[in-house]
Amino acid sequence: MEQSWKQAKAVFAAALGPPLAWLVVFFVAPMAIVWAYSFGHNAGLTQIAITGTFQNYARAIEPLYLMIFLKSAWVAGLTTVLCLVLGFPVALAITFASDKAKTWLLLLVMLPFWTNLLIRTYALIAVLRTEGYVNMSLEWLWKGGGTLAALAGLKPFEPFQPLELLHNNFAVVLGLVYVHLPFMVLPLYSALDRLDKSLLEASLDLGAGHLRTLFKVVVPLALPGIASGVLITFIPALGAYLTPDLLGGPDSQMIANVIERQFKRANDWPFGAAMSFVLMYLTFIAIAVQGLLAKRTPEGRA
Amino acid sequence: MSTITGRGLNRRSLLAATGAAAIGMTFTACGEKPKAAGAGGEEPKLNFYNWDTYIGETTLADFKKATGVDVNMSLFATNDELFAKLKAGNPGFDVIVPSNEFVTRMTQADMLTPLDHAKIPNIKNIDPTFLNPDYDPGRKFSMPYTWLLLGIGYRKSKVQGVPDSWKWLFDSDKYKGRIALLSESADLVRLSAKYLGHSLNNIPADMIPQIEKMLIKQKPFVKAFHDDNGQDMLLAGDVDLVLEYNGDIAQVMREDPDLDFVVPKEGSLINSDSLCIPKGAPRPNNAHAFINYLLDAQAGAAITKKILYPTPNAAAKALMPDSYKKNPVIFPPPEVMAKCEYGAFEGAEKASLYEEVITRVRAA
Repeated sequence: MEQSWKQAKAVFAAALGPPLAWLVVFFVAPMAIVWAYSFGHNAGLTQIAITGTFQNYARAIEPLYLMIFLKSAWVAGLTTVLCLVLGFPVALAITFASDKAKTWLLLLVMLPFWTNLLIRTYALIAVLRTEGYVNMSLEWLWKGGGTLAALAGLKPFEPFQPLELLHNNFAVVLGLVYVHLPFMVLPLYSALDRLDKSLLEASLDLGAGHLRTLFKVVVPLALPGIASGVLITFIPALGAYLTPDLLGGPDSQMIANVIERQFKRANDWPFGAAMSFVLMYLTFIAIAVQGLLAKRTPEGRA
Repeated sequence: MSTITGRGLNRRSLLAATGAAAIGMTFTACGEKPKAAGAGGEEPKLNFYNWDTYIGETTLADFKKATGVDVNMSLFATNDELFAKLKAGNPGFDVIVPSNEFVTRMTQADMLTPLDHAKIPNIKNIDPTFLNPDYDPGRKFSMPYTWLLLGIGYRKSKVQGVPDSWKWLFDSDKYKGRIALLSESADLVRLSAKYLGHSLNNIPADMIPQIEKMLIKQKPFVKAFHDDNGQDMLLAGDVDLVLEYNGDIAQVMREDPDLDFVVPKEGSLINSDSLCIPKGAPRPNNAHAFINYLLDAQAGAAITKKILYPTPNAAAKALMPDSYKKNPVIFPPPEVMAKCEYGAFEGAEKASLYEEVITRVRAA
């Protein structure tokens, strides 16, 4: 039997103290200040008077900003679904790989984290832009095809029209999926890896096909992993700032971009703070929902 | 790889450096908290907060050779960043380079130290037209470092004639999908007003909805709002017309002769970046000496050779070759300049209002 923490209060306090202090000083305190700002208004250029007003929140839920929140949620939701669809087979494949291959595959999934997000985003720009690598390759193939067609006596191709890959919502979703895929794969993998493989064998032995086994046995058992993967993909995607800023087009702004402009260009910190906290409340709701889901599935506590 | 690393470096963009610079700044600024300055004498150090690629190749080393003062330069990418960093108190900067509008704003917020002109004799080198601007009458708080002008950078082979009107950016589908606009809300609203025949300043409230409608109508034809990397998009062939600063386009024109720049016939917005000493600067004497050095003719010419922005320093300009002095991109003809204005700082509410207009445009 393990020793209850009540018998070792000093050890417990010593272990908990530093991280708790860290959390209070670097997370709770700054957040509290920003939270206080959200109930204030600008008094002069550098002062913020905290008056307890709800005016900033009223403005944050005006239709203009509400629609931007909804749009951000839609983009983040789409990103999450795509990550799930792409990430699940990857996680499954890693689970069934040999132990040696597993290490390497996991390393490959995590490899992008070794490079800064900004650099990866600039790299995507170089790939997607009008005269980028994708369009250059396509143009090369197109011209090659045209030459072959001419040799075969067919009429030549039309001049190559580069694809519009950058500066639109497609580029934003692509960028977000690319960035967030590891966040989905890793929790899925950890859920699938713990799965008792004999259950799969039983299912197959008892006559269920592979697909049926997948959807009736694997997916329900992996549900807690799916829920946490969805959550840690959706939340950062909802607050994405860099990706829509650099890859997006004129109508790709997400809520984080609007918040950033309030803090900087508009110099309206109280309003920016209110919008940040609306975003945070939404995040709390998402976490609460995930918590409820995890509670309802008994495996969630495993 | 030139598309990624090449010359994405320019004065106002460089998101990349922002983060790094912010971190570097924090450490350096914390690391050398001003020691109690000895009577008169200051330790031979200086913290300089500047735009990226906005100084001569050897300027800082030359200054050290001349005075023994070691200059530690940190970088910012936008005026807003500069303002936000100093808003809660000066973290240890001695010299900063805000634009004209922010000189007014920081003066009003009591964030700048008055300059002692007796310690800046090189003020004699400055073109007299820059000595009494509306944004800082009598140059009490700022010395001019450069000035710059917004206009249209374009690819000659892809446009018909010279796109010498804001119409092509704000009110026409002729170049649809090939336009990139600067994502500075106030600049967009102001230049739209300029296009509609009004001054950049004191835009009447009833004109704002008209501007908003025009920009919403124009938005489908705009490919992107850029963070002052318009010259890169132009150079890379992503777009054929960009709203950009003349110095940025002058830099890429060195690489691609198919590019050019025009100040629209309706007139445009002038900015001027200025050297200031923030309140609470730990080493004001060094700061004055450094500002004086930057205004020196030789030192100014060395900086100008590198950055290619228009200089208000007449003595430095005289030392420059004709390819600079007579470059119509860097120095547009006087009849064009006559229609250009400085943007005045008109209070926080205006800034907030313009921001909301552009948020609506982008959400529409």
